Amino acid sequence: MSTNEKKLSLIAFSGDFDRLIAAFTLASGAAAVGWKVNMFFTFWGLNALKKSQGRVPLGKGLLDRVFNFLMGGLRNLPLSRLNFLGASPSLMTGLMKKRNVATLPELIQAARDLKVSFYACETAMVILGVEKKDLVDDVKDVLGVAKFLEYSQGGEVLFI
Amino acid sequence: MSTVNKLDITREHCPMTFVKTRLELEKLSQGDRLEVLLSEGEPLDNVPKSAEELGYKVLSIEENGPRRFKVVIEK
Repeated sequence: MSTNEKKLSLIAFSGDFDRLIAAFTLASGAAAVGWKVNMFFTFWGLNALKKSQGRVPLGKGLLDRVFNFLMGGLRNLPLSRLNFLGASPSLMTGLMKKRNVATLPELIQAARDLKVSFYACETAMVILGVEKKDLVDDVKDVLGVAKFLEYSQGGEVLFI
Repeated sequence: MSTVNKLDITREHCPMTFVKTRLELEKLSQGDRLEVLLSEGEPLDNVPKSAEELGYKVLSIEENGPRRFKVVIEK
């Protein structure tokens, strides 16, 4: 790895549909122009990485199961504004397709194709009752602050 | 024998303009070319520049219709 390699590390904290679009747009765009890109998913952002994209009661305890069912996965992400009881993300996806703008699943696939590294926050997973096996297979590692600092050192960091 | 691939990103928007170009560029072998049809503005400003930054050679940029350009990139 060369010392002048450009690097972007994104912390995907939010599970909002629109914020995740911003995160994956930046990630795939930066990776396309040759930047090394890390995405650290924590708290609500983890919902985007769940294997099950719908509402599944993951976890061991009752609270975990209720929480995970209510949060859902990639298909249940709410819009941060004007969510209209969950109707807006699919309306917006329809508009994006019509206007030929990449949808969230397309941006995620682009990030994968361009070898963006996905990491999941260990503590948030414990809190939310989510295990590594519940997340998509290309999550490279489950880690904490120390590893995040090590991987992001010397590059740009964004919290979304 | 080098090949020439074609890619039309005139209907794409950021970031897919360069995402699609990059993924096509990765398929090239040494000496192969990629012809990219793109629109003026952001794609025309950035696609040739980004390709050069990644070490590819931009052989030509020519107008190819109203506000459309053809960029030929070689690996």
